[in-house]
Amino acid sequence: MQQKVFEHRLSNGMVVLGEPMPWLESVAFTLLLPAGTQNEPNDRLGLAGMTLEMCQRGAGSYSSRDIVERLDFLGVDRSSNVTTFHTSMSMAAMSRVLEPTLEVAAAIVREPHFPEDELDEARQSALLELASIDDDPAQKCFKELKRIRFGEVFGRSSLGSESGLTDTTLEDCKEFHRNHYNPDRSIISLAGNFDWDRFLVIAERLFGDWKGRPYVGPTSVLSIPGNSHLQHDSQQTHIALAYDAVPYNHPEYYQGRGLVGILSDGMSSRLFAEVREKRGLVYSVSASAHSLHNCGSVLCYAGTTAPRAQETLDVTVQTVRSLEDGIDPNELKRLKARVRTSLVMEQESSSSRSSQMAHDWAYLGRVPSRQELMQTIEALTCESLLNHYKNHPPRRWSLVTIGPDPLEFSDAVS
Amino acid sequence: MQFRSEKLTNGLEVIAEVNPEAFSLSLGYFVKTGSRDETPEMAGVSHFLEHMMFKGTDRRTAEDVNQELDDLGSQSNAYTSEEQTVYYMSVLPEFQHAALDLLSDMMRPALRDEDFQTERQVILEEIAMYDDQPPYGAMERASEAYFREHPLGRRVLGTRETVSELDPEAMRAYHQARYAPDNLTLVASGAVDFEQLLKSAEALTSQWKPSQAKRHLVVPTFCNDTLTMVHPPATQQYTLQYSPGPSYCDDARYIARILGTILGDDSGSRLFWELVDTGMAETAATFTQEFQECGLFCTFLTCAPEQHDENWRIIQEILTQGKEVPITALELELAKNKICSGMILGSERPSNRLFSIGNAWTIRRKYETIQAASEHYREVTLESVQSAFEALADRTSVTVSVGPEIT
Repeated sequence: MQQKVFEHRLSNGMVVLGEPMPWLESVAFTLLLPAGTQNEPNDRLGLAGMTLEMCQRGAGSYSSRDIVERLDFLGVDRSSNVTTFHTSMSMAAMSRVLEPTLEVAAAIVREPHFPEDELDEARQSALLELASIDDDPAQKCFKELKRIRFGEVFGRSSLGSESGLTDTTLEDCKEFHRNHYNPDRSIISLAGNFDWDRFLVIAERLFGDWKGRPYVGPTSVLSIPGNSHLQHDSQQTHIALAYDAVPYNHPEYYQGRGLVGILSDGMSSRLFAEVREKRGLVYSVSASAHSLHNCGSVLCYAGTTAPRAQETLDVTVQTVRSLEDGIDPNELKRLKARVRTSLVMEQESSSSRSSQMAHDWAYLGRVPSRQELMQTIEALTCESLLNHYKNHPPRRWSLVTIGPDPLEFSDAVS
Repeated sequence: MQFRSEKLTNGLEVIAEVNPEAFSLSLGYFVKTGSRDETPEMAGVSHFLEHMMFKGTDRRTAEDVNQELDDLGSQSNAYTSEEQTVYYMSVLPEFQHAALDLLSDMMRPALRDEDFQTERQVILEEIAMYDDQPPYGAMERASEAYFREHPLGRRVLGTRETVSELDPEAMRAYHQARYAPDNLTLVASGAVDFEQLLKSAEALTSQWKPSQAKRHLVVPTFCNDTLTMVHPPATQQYTLQYSPGPSYCDDARYIARILGTILGDDSGSRLFWELVDTGMAETAATFTQEFQECGLFCTFLTCAPEQHDENWRIIQEILTQGKEVPITALELELAKNKICSGMILGSERPSNRLFSIGNAWTIRRKYETIQAASEHYREVTLESVQSAFEALADRTSVTVSVGPEIT
């Protein structure tokens, strides 16, 4: 598990991170910009996504078609997305094409053309994507959960709203780009087969003279308990639940994450065992840890046919509450074994490592090593987990259901 | 990287791509059985059985199986397709023997009646889940219309009716016939100790008896058909078209895959620039699907119902203008780069290699390195792709469209 993480800050504030994984042939990077949905004006929901789309429709010396052809020629696997606080762009390729790949990424971020004749096409694409979520009740369920739990600004979906997308002008995109695509608080993290010194020279050349406005951080995020039901003509009812937990930057985060693991990691986890294996109520049930700035939540999902939905919700909540009865040493042993495997296997993927590093830096201002993480996990005990549960019991619940009928849930506002 | 293979005395083949540099290893039993090997009355039994394999053995309860999978820190799962059922685990090298012990024991499940009844509910939930999801059964419907009486026309999950009527005794008989050592392959990749693997496999499977399981291969005959289904809650229109394509054993599949990429990849393809980039359709794609003795060239469209007819007309025009708008050398080069680079990037995890080598060996009895596999794409000529493109103009096809109303 030997590991070296390089860190460097360019003079404009941009953070450059690198972890060599010389046993791989590939290299991957994640470019994280402090431009999220929380930065959108209230009447321009969807602007962050539209801006990102427009940036990829021509930049630097590349036309829209050039960007796609260049990246295909280089054999680059890529993706980009918008979250509450960030716009991110990730690319993975063979290490020999790192420099030309970075050139395209830098052009997209720094020198977009914003071609006027492509705005309507970008808008149509965004409107289609927004409309298609109506056919995906599970995703719609989480979109609604986010909306009611995190409120007007922090509960926004990256898909935006119909009116926001319709009203967005080219000037809006340019302004969003000017205000939020800035080096301050931007991160580029690289993992895989590369030479750090050579990479620093490239990063300096491509991003060193990038100027922009200083970053203004988010205010505090607070969860809002409550529930909501969306009527849908389907066989299954989709259930999304959330309750408070400690966030990623909390000193006890891994105690809370451990509890989520006991609930949902692996086939012997409590939710899988109780809801699916013993009762056959669902095909799919899960819980995950989620952090929004200083606000942590556990999100749970279960999908089941309507007549069994109330029982499924009740058993899911009971199972979450069963943590108060204590943790079995074998459960903890299995949790540790799973973490150990996934930390070792993380070394097999440059993409997942680069995105983890960027995420770590954005939340923690540093990149914890695998060794440090393993020590933190090894230090967990049944007592420490139970204490953590008692000090941070599930509270401030949110519930969203989509299906034929609403469900009874008395914990929602407790 | 070294390829090893051996056949045990009971007929079980053991193959491995050994990479001593890897951090982990992956193991899988590839069972040559799937929905195509079922009778119509027992549709869904392969998939139902896959679920039951996690429900315990003579030595282990269902809880033991799940707990041991997690004790080993494994990333494990299983899937069932038309042609195979695969059980796999990725673990750290020190757990090779323990993982194989568990996985091998699972291949001899207890199939207890009470577990069968509980698990039936889970399968019915899975069917309900897919029924609610786009494209709302269009794929299954297209397969039924396309393959008709051919065994590939059957649904992998079965139907609510067949699953409700399956009985454990019939499943036990199916298991006995299909999960015999001469119909299974043990596949391994990554940091494998092959000598140890053979020794463990020999000991763990010594009681398994061969069954000479057969698969019925028939080249299907195809017809033209168009079906429209209504799913009132849907907001988008989903259209899927199946036409003949090369099989998994036919070298022409490299040509068809490249053609599918040029015409309908999710980025940079002809359909992408015409329909997706312009915001006219959410998805407009072409891709291949390959089976042992036949294959499909597929077209898929998702868009707003009111734009559907025009979009579908444009797609048909693009797919049939092979003579007027020939494939360019640049298009071919970009498609090759995209496919080959994707293969190499995807191969870095031993768990991904497991499926490539397992599939190639069980269906084609062939092992290839990534480099050799890329070579097949590199060798494809412009003329061959062009001629496959021109042939699309008079293909037979089955088209199934589903949406909120008849368009």
